[in-house]
Amino acid sequence: MSDTATNPVNPYLRLERMPSIWCPGCGIGTSVNCFARALTQAKLDLKMTSIVSGIGCTGRVSGYMSLDSFHTTHGRAIPFATGLKLANPDLNVIVYSGEGDLMAIGGNHFIHAARRNMDLLVVCVNNFTYGMTGGQVSPTSPGGATYTTAPFGQFEEPFNLPHLADSCGAVYVSRWTTFHVRQLTKSMREAMTKKGFRFIEVISPCPTLYQRRNKLGDGLDAMKFYKESSVVKNGADTRDLNIGFQTPITVGNFVNRSRPSFIEAQNKRYTEVFGPSYKPYPEGPHGNGANA
Amino acid sequence: MAADPTGVLTGQHYLDGNHAACEGALAAGCRFASGYPITPSTEIVERIAARLPRMGGMFIQMEDEIAASITLQGAVWGGKKALTVTSGPGFSLMMEHIGLAAMTECPCVFIDVQRGGPSTGLPTLPGQGDMMQARWGSHGDYEIIALCPESPQECFDTTIEAFNLAEQWRVPVMVMMDECVGHMTERVIIPSADKLSVLDRRWTTKKPGEYRPFDVGADLVPDMAKAGDGHRLFVTGLTHDERGYPVMNHKAQEKLVRRLVDKIRLNADKIAHYEEDQIDGAEVVVISYGITARVAQRGVQIARDKGVKVGTMRLIVVWPFPETRIRELAQKTRAFVVPELNYGQMSLEVERVAAGKVPTVLVPHGGGEVHDPEVIAEAIIKAARSVS
Repeated sequence: MSDTATNPVNPYLRLERMPSIWCPGCGIGTSVNCFARALTQAKLDLKMTSIVSGIGCTGRVSGYMSLDSFHTTHGRAIPFATGLKLANPDLNVIVYSGEGDLMAIGGNHFIHAARRNMDLLVVCVNNFTYGMTGGQVSPTSPGGATYTTAPFGQFEEPFNLPHLADSCGAVYVSRWTTFHVRQLTKSMREAMTKKGFRFIEVISPCPTLYQRRNKLGDGLDAMKFYKESSVVKNGADTRDLNIGFQTPITVGNFVNRSRPSFIEAQNKRYTEVFGPSYKPYPEGPHGNGANA
Repeated sequence: MAADPTGVLTGQHYLDGNHAACEGALAAGCRFASGYPITPSTEIVERIAARLPRMGGMFIQMEDEIAASITLQGAVWGGKKALTVTSGPGFSLMMEHIGLAAMTECPCVFIDVQRGGPSTGLPTLPGQGDMMQARWGSHGDYEIIALCPESPQECFDTTIEAFNLAEQWRVPVMVMMDECVGHMTERVIIPSADKLSVLDRRWTTKKPGEYRPFDVGADLVPDMAKAGDGHRLFVTGLTHDERGYPVMNHKAQEKLVRRLVDKIRLNADKIAHYEEDQIDGAEVVVISYGITARVAQRGVQIARDKGVKVGTMRLIVVWPFPETRIRELAQKTRAFVVPELNYGQMSLEVERVAAGKVPTVLVPHGGGEVHDPEVIAEAIIKAARSVS
C-alpha cells in the first residue's frame, strides 16, 4: 500500500492553509469532512458554489474550503449570503458558522432568512460555547454547565435550534452529532440539492473549553457520549428537541417540505401584478438543484 | 462608457433630492439595493423598490440596517452594482460594514440623508452632524470617499459620481445628503444614456490560477472578480495578503492598511471636486457644503453688498479633504468662514490644513433648521474686519 495515498477530500480544501486552527478533538473538522464528501456526492458545480461564514472557530470553515470563500463580520454571514444569492441565483450559497455567530449576534438575520425562505443552506456547528474567545456562555448552553461568563452555572433557557428553524419556516431541518458522520453527510447532500432555506445543526465537541471546564473529558469521551446518548428520531416533533446538560440528544431529519423561495414568491407576485410583460428574475437551479 | 439606457429616465423632471438620488443610482447601473426604512431617506428606497423589478434588478428590505449594509456587499461580490440608503441612527448601525467594505475593497455606495442628532434626535429635520462619522465611524484606520450634493440635480449627478468613484478606487463611497436637499423639489434634467459617463467594474482579465485578488498596479487598486468566475476567491475582513489569505502580523498589516490609506491619500487631487467663485482678491473665503452652501450664498451676498470681498468654495467631494487647494487658498485669502449644521466638523479640517496661516471661523448650528443668512453675513464681516 502506498503511503502517499491522498485524502479524497483534498481537492475541496485549501491545503496550503493546513494545519487548521482547530484543537485536537474538536468536531468542526469532522463536519468539514462530511461537508466535502457531501459536495462530491451532490455533484454541485464547485465553480458555482460559494461558502460564507461569520466569526468564530466555525467561522474559519469558509477559508479552508477551496470554493469562493467569504469570511464576513460577526453574525452577518446570512445577510451577506442573501445579497450574493440574489445577485446571482445560479450560485449555490452555503452559510457555515457557529451557534454563537448565527443564533446570538446573528439571530435576527437567521429568523428572517428562514421566514423569507431565502435559498440558502445554513450549517450551524453547535458546541455550546464561544470557543475562539475562550469559553463563554452561548445561546445553546445547557442549564447547569459553567462558563467563564457563567462561572456559577448557566441558568437561562437555551435555544432549541431545530424548533427555531422549523417555526420560522425552514424547509429542511436536521440535527446530527459529529459521531453520525454518514447520516450527517447524507443530510448535507440532500440539503445541498434542495431549494429554499435549509438548516442543519451539527452537535460538536469543544474539548478545550466546554468539556474541560465541565469535567467532561476529551474529544473521544464526547464521541462515546454521542454514541451512547443519541436517539435517532426522524420526523420528530421539533418542540421535543431541547438539549439539557449531558441529557440524551435527539438527532435525525425532522423537516422536509416545500414552499416558494423568496425569488419564486417574488416572481409569482410580480407576474400577477405586471402581467406577461414582466420578465421573471432568474430563480437559479431547480428541482435537484445540482448544476454540475 | 455610456450608461445602460434601461436605467436612465431621460427628460426634464420635477423631483425631490431623494427621488433624484434614486434615479442617479439607476443611471449609474445600480441593479441591487438593500434598505431599511428611516426618515428622512425613505423615499429613496420606496422609489427604488418600485423601479428595480421592472428593469431586471432586485430590491430587498432587510430586517435592519446592519443587514442592509452587508447584503449589498454580498450582491457586489455576486457581480452587481449595489446601493444602500439610510439616515442618522441607521448610519450608526452600518459603521461596522463600512469598515468591512474598506477592508475587502468592495465597491459600493451608501447614501446618508442627514438629520438632527445625536441618537433619535430630529428625524424630520436637517443636520450635518455625520460628516466626521462618514470619515472615521468604523474602527481601525482606513479611507473612504464622500460627496455632498446641494440640490436635487446634484443628488442625481453626485450619485452617479459616487458609483464611478466606488468602481475606480474600490472603496465604499458615501453620498452625504441632508434632510433639506433630500426633500427639496426642483427641476432635474436627466440626459440621454449616451451623454452619461458610467464606469464599469475593473474586472480582471487574468485566468484562474494567475489571478491574485489583491495584487495591485500603479494606482494601488486591485482588479476584481466575482463569485462564480472560477477564481476560488477568499475575501475576509481579517488582515490579508495578496491572495486574500489571513496573515496575523504587523508586516501584513503595514502592507495592507498602508495601501488602503494610500490609494486614496495619494490620489486625493484626482478625486477632488469643488466649486469656487470670486476667489481672486477675496479677503474672506466661505467654505461650505450641502444645504448650508445654498444658505451661505445669501449671507455672502449681504456681506458683498456691505463691501466685503468674499470668495466661496463649495465642497462636493468632502472626503478625501481637498488639502492641496485649501493650502493654496490659505496663501491667498485672509480668513476662512465655515458655516455648517453641527458644532464644528469640517471646520476642524479647514483649520488643520490652514495650519495657522489664516484664522478659521466656524459658524455653528445644531440643526433642525438652516442658518439665518444674516448670521453667516455677520461672521463674514466680522472676520474681514478682524484681519484688515
